[in-house]
Amino acid sequence: MNSVAKPRRWEAFFWPAIAAAVLLAVWHYSVVLTGTKIFPSPTNVKTGVIELLHKNVLWADIGDSLHRVAVGFGAAVLVGIPVGLWLGWSAKANQVVNPTLQILRPISPIAWIPVAIIFFGVGDRAAIFLIFLASFFPIVLACVSGVSSVPPVLRSAGCNFGLSSTQLLRRVIFPAALPQILVGVRVALGIAWLVVVAAEMIAVDSGLGYLVIDSRNSGKRYDLVVAAMLMIGIIGLVLDFSVRRVERIKSVRWGFRDAS
Amino acid sequence: MTEAGAGQKMRVEHLGMVFQRDGEAVSALEDINLDVSAGEFVCIVGPSGCGKSTLLNVLAGFLSSTSGSVTIDGEAVTGPDPRRILVFQERGVFPWLTVEGNIGFGLSKLSRAEREARIAHYVQTVRLQGFEEAYPADLSGGMKQRLQVARALAVNPDILYLDEPFGALDSITRVIMRGELLRIWQTERRTILFVTHDIDEAVQLADRVIVLSSRPARIKEILAIDIPHPRNISSPRYLELRDELLTQIGLAYEV
Repeated sequence: MNSVAKPRRWEAFFWPAIAAAVLLAVWHYSVVLTGTKIFPSPTNVKTGVIELLHKNVLWADIGDSLHRVAVGFGAAVLVGIPVGLWLGWSAKANQVVNPTLQILRPISPIAWIPVAIIFFGVGDRAAIFLIFLASFFPIVLACVSGVSSVPPVLRSAGCNFGLSSTQLLRRVIFPAALPQILVGVRVALGIAWLVVVAAEMIAVDSGLGYLVIDSRNSGKRYDLVVAAMLMIGIIGLVLDFSVRRVERIKSVRWGFRDAS
Repeated sequence: MTEAGAGQKMRVEHLGMVFQRDGEAVSALEDINLDVSAGEFVCIVGPSGCGKSTLLNVLAGFLSSTSGSVTIDGEAVTGPDPRRILVFQERGVFPWLTVEGNIGFGLSKLSRAEREARIAHYVQTVRLQGFEEAYPADLSGGMKQRLQVARALAVNPDILYLDEPFGALDSITRVIMRGELLRIWQTERRTILFVTHDIDEAVQLADRVIVLSSRPARIKEILAIDIPHPRNISSPRYLELRDELLTQIGLAYEV
């Protein structure tokens, strides 16, 4: 397929399908040729998925994971956007807070797990706290950079029409920074989904992360491990896809170069 | 001067502007004195980088002068004000709002019905009918500038400041836009201060042309354009005034 030419309709499905089929074949024959008894083949995983679906635990685990992400990530959005707008708006506040933010930011959320358990004990709240931390920083930083890159011409235009500071923030700065904020939100959701799995392996006893580690620990059911991994991948994709839909809303679409 | 010059609108006295750059004082404007009548169309020309835009930003209240004063209707200018709107060269419209949203931006204090009537009127004035729901990304450069002018006019300002508003447009669109602006000026009768580096643009549009020197900008010459509209751009008087301006700016008119 030529990268310049527009792909024909069937090609858009055909080549990705071939790539997936090749991967499955490599997997299948690797399992067959090495004669491994531990690692599952694609067919084993398929039966694993069906088994999980029939036992209903899968839905409960998916529900628990999504619930933790919804609460932790939702809180990060609600707190992170105002904090980020404020830091972007006030150079003084940013000067004071930024160094601390820069030190906390590179700490992997995983490193917070012991701290989270001290604070909240083993349970939902520890996991939610970790997801909150993981999504908070990307959102705040996206807001700060979004606000500081609002073109001065637009600020001036807003001032010219007699807006007060709060009106300027609400009617010019926020909508102008919104595309960049949404990018931060999307990155944060991706990280939240990575972190929930890690947190559930240690801090709680339900959810998809727990399903992975529990399937291994209770009877080395690697077919279920890989099945759970697949579910994690698919749900992550769906989450990312839904945030991308938001980016196509007309009042923010101008900020995304490749959106059509 | 101008037939509409019933009263004095703006008085600029001994205006000076000194920037601090790397600890050094750089003078941008020096001893600018200017009177503008109500309804007058004044063009400001000068070599690029001379401080035309700085002057306009001071007059509009976005920058404070370091000496002298600007008074409008006897009132000192201390900051930006919806009674005088600055139109930028490009990217001045709000990309997250539709054409209607942009025109209505400064009208939030009006009742819904009044606002809608005002929006509809200015959509007509700048000929953007059929694009009311369009976003700026879907408009051409010329349409975006018309939208910016409409947004400015909608709040009913006394003065329009235009900072090279057609500078980023292609030459054909620019000629069309001049005609549109003259038509709007003749019906709406606002005072217009128009910065340009295009000599022809100045001679075609202005009642008076202010020629600035290179930095620091001083007023070198004020030229009254005594040709009635519509102006014939190959008439001897037009060419004479144009040559006069080119000479003032220090350009030979033989390439």
